[in-house]
Amino acid sequence: MTMSTTVRQQVLVLYLDTSALDSRVIGWARYDGTGTTRPTTGDSDEPPYETGVAALEDGWRLFQAAQLVPPYPGTEHETSFLKHEFFFEKLVSGG
Amino acid sequence: MSTTRQLLSSAQVARFTAHGFLRLDGIVPPEMNEEALAVFAAGLPSVPYGTPVPKAFPEGSFTRRLVELPAVAGALESLVGPDPTVDHHHVHTREPREGSAQPLHGDAVIDLRTDAFDVQLMYYPQEVTAEMGGTLIVPGSHLRRTNESDTGRYQNLRGQTRLTCPAGTVALLHHGIWHGGRRNDSDIVRHMYKIRFNPTVPQVRLWDTADLDAPAVREELGRGFPWYEQATGRLEILNRIRLWRALTGDPTFDIEYWATRIANRPAAQRSQA
Repeated sequence: MTMSTTVRQQVLVLYLDTSALDSRVIGWARYDGTGTTRPTTGDSDEPPYETGVAALEDGWRLFQAAQLVPPYPGTEHETSFLKHEFFFEKLVSGG
Repeated sequence: MSTTRQLLSSAQVARFTAHGFLRLDGIVPPEMNEEALAVFAAGLPSVPYGTPVPKAFPEGSFTRRLVELPAVAGALESLVGPDPTVDHHHVHTREPREGSAQPLHGDAVIDLRTDAFDVQLMYYPQEVTAEMGGTLIVPGSHLRRTNESDTGRYQNLRGQTRLTCPAGTVALLHHGIWHGGRRNDSDIVRHMYKIRFNPTVPQVRLWDTADLDAPAVREELGRGFPWYEQATGRLEILNRIRLWRALTGDPTFDIEYWATRIANRPAAQRSQA
């Protein structure tokens, strides 16, 4: 019997209050490459972690952070997407 | 539209300006809620874009009676003005155990208007429980400039409203609000009837302004929401001040000096003198 070496990715996206990783979580999303859960829009009112660092402490690995981009001239007061977006992953073996 | 005017107060319109929506819980009578399900099953006639309400919904029709309920008519007149046109209407249905939710989105396309807004009426003829996956609404998201479902990545935001409501509830939404139909995890078919209204008059002081200077108005307009980032939340207040100035025709209105401070340019004012 051969042992499976497939590794699947679980992704956690956290939106933070400021650009600091230890600031408060204000939004979140999950995507599960193992297929065991199906997170979706509006499925929870409480964030999985209070801060970005709390996710690190629980074993999530940060792999992307939003850049700090100055506003385009003339649009400094406009609001649009959430600015402080952090992508985390866990690699789960099996399958 | 209304024979009995029940206009909104300034505090209510300020709440709409801050939240981007207003709830009127359980205001449609039970007999109309029962009738609605049969009306929806039979199908509603389509309405050409931009049709005046009396032509879109003939006297005595279900929808005409719905929008002429005094509380509904008064709220619509207060926000979108008398004699709005109907943009479109549609019954949204979420089937039982439906596998997915809608992505978070704003309707239509990115909308740059700062001196006008459309109002979307959402009517729920049934009680909506948490399991039935009522509409997800993000309070205070209506002034964000995003296009349709580009916000789909955001599954949950602090302070979001996962609407549960009694039968006969009507919500009135600013066109820009982020929302989405949640996954229906129940065994009950869920209906929501949406009508979009376009203004035909300037949306200035259309409500009962007797309480315009009441503390509650400033309290509503200065409100933060849990999902606002610290810095961007200040811009939300600034944009809200600008909207309130447009709605009241008062170019001096301000909250905590946010708008006045950054418009103070003595050199420019001197050169214009």
